[in-house]
Amino acid sequence: MLKKLGDYVLLMFQVFRKPDNALIFRKRMLHEFYNLGYTSIGIVAILSVFVGAVATILVAYNTDNPLLPEKLIGFSARQMIILEFSPTMISLILAGKLGSQIASELGTMRVTQQIDALKVMGVNPANYLIFPKILSCLLFIPVLIIFSIVIGILGGWLACVFTGVITPSNYVVGLRAWFEPFSITFAMIKTVVFSFLITSISSFIGYNVEGGSVEVGKASTQAVVVGSIAIIVFDLILTQMLLT
Amino acid sequence: MIKLENISKQFGEHLVLDDVSATFERGKTNLIIGQSGSGKTVLMKICTGLYEPDKGIVTFDERQFSNTKEKNKINIRKEMGVLFQGGALFDSMSVEQNVMFPLDMFTNMTYEEKLERVNFCLNRVNLSGINNLRTSELSGGMMKRVAIARAISNSPKYLFCDEPNSGLDPQTSELIDDLISEITHEFNMTTIINTHDINSVLKIGQTISFINKGKLWWSGDNRSVLESDNKELNTFLFSTELTKRVKTN
Repeated sequence: MLKKLGDYVLLMFQVFRKPDNALIFRKRMLHEFYNLGYTSIGIVAILSVFVGAVATILVAYNTDNPLLPEKLIGFSARQMIILEFSPTMISLILAGKLGSQIASELGTMRVTQQIDALKVMGVNPANYLIFPKILSCLLFIPVLIIFSIVIGILGGWLACVFTGVITPSNYVVGLRAWFEPFSITFAMIKTVVFSFLITSISSFIGYNVEGGSVEVGKASTQAVVVGSIAIIVFDLILTQMLLT
Repeated sequence: MIKLENISKQFGEHLVLDDVSATFERGKTNLIIGQSGSGKTVLMKICTGLYEPDKGIVTFDERQFSNTKEKNKINIRKEMGVLFQGGALFDSMSVEQNVMFPLDMFTNMTYEEKLERVNFCLNRVNLSGINNLRTSELSGGMMKRVAIARAISNSPKYLFCDEPNSGLDPQTSELIDDLISEITHEFNMTTIINTHDINSVLKIGQTISFINKGKLWWSGDNRSVLESDNKELNTFLFSTELTKRVKTN
C-alpha cells in the first residue's frame, strides 16, 4: 500500500513537468476537453434533471407538515443539490465513466508498447499522456458541476410543475431563501479535488498495467473502485474541514 | 557504435543476463539471436533504456547511456528509432500522424516540410498513398513497415528492431529484412536486430551475437555461423532437417 502511494507520488512528479512541446500540449488539451469533458455532458444532464426532481419530491414527502413553510422544500432541494448531489454524486458517476475510460486507454497503450515507444523516442510519456487529461478535467468538470446544479434545480422545478407537490412559485421562493455564496465555493473546492482524484488515480492504475487484455479489464474496474472510495473519503474530510 | 560492457541483469532470484559484453558497429546490421527466454529482449530493452542494468555500462559513441541522468538519456533517445515487435503504432492516430509524430515533437519544421519527409519515409518502405489510413486498417506487414517509417522519420543514428519478422509470412519477412538492411547502409545507422529467424541470420547478419543462458555464447557473422562448431549455436540454428541441410551444404 505504501509502495503504491510512493509510486503514485513519483508518477505525479513525472506528470507535472513542463511539456516537451507547447503546441502539441494545446492540441492534446483540446482533444481531452472533447474526449473526457464534452462527451460527459449528456449523462450529467440526464442524471441531474431526474435526481433534482426526485430530491424535490422526497423533501416534499418528508416535510408534509402544515407548520413547515413550503419554501423549505425548495431551500432543502437546492442545498442538497449544491452541497452534495452535484459535486459528489456526479463525481462518482464520472469516476465510473472517465476512470474506466482513462485506465483502459492507458492500460492498452502500455500492453501494446505504445508507452514504451514514446519513452524511447525521448518523450516523457507520463507528461504527454496524463497531464492534459488531469488539466482538462480540472478545468472542465467544475463547469459540468455548475451545469449539473442548474439542471438539477430545473429538474426540481419540473417536478413541482408536473406533480404539484408544491407550487412552482413557492419552490422558487425556497431556492432564493437563505442563500450562502460559500456553498458554491464549497461545491467547487470538492469538485476540483474529486476531479484530480478521478483522473490521477485512474491514470496511475492504467499507466502501470502489466500483462494483457485481462489485466487491462481489471485495471479499468480497479480505477472505478479506488476512485469512488477516494471520493467518498475525501468528501467526508472536506465536509468536516470546510463546513464545521 | 554501441558498446555493452559487462552487462548483468537480475529479476528476483533469476539472473537473466550475466556479464555480457558486445560491440555493435555503425553502418552494419548487428543481430542478437537466441532462444525464447535467453535474455535477448532484456538486452534490447537495456540498450533502449527501458531497463537499467544491475551492473555494466552501455555507451553510444562514447556517451554513457545506462545509469546516467534522465536529461542525458533524452538527448541520446532523440537519436534512436525503435521498431517494436507489435509495431507499437499509436492507434488513435492515422498513418501520417504516426510517422509525423517524432517531427512534431522535436523539430521546428513547417507542416509542408514534415509532410514531405513523411511521404519520403512512406515511399522508402513502399507504402505511398496510405497517409490517411487508420492503423486498424493495416495488415501485419504494413504495420511493421509504417513502424519502420516512423522509426527513420527523424533520421536516427541508431535503429533497434525487436523481432521484426515475428508473425509475418516468409515473403513479407524477407521484404522487411531487405528494407532494414538497405536503410541501415543508406543512412549509415547502427542497427541492432533481435531475431530468431534463421533466414535473417544468414541473409543480413553482418555481426551476430548469440545469447544463451544469459551469456554471450558466440559471436561472428553470417559466413562464420555456417562453419562454427559451437554445439549450442548449432542446436539453436540448425535444429530442423531443412536447416541441417543448409549447414552441411
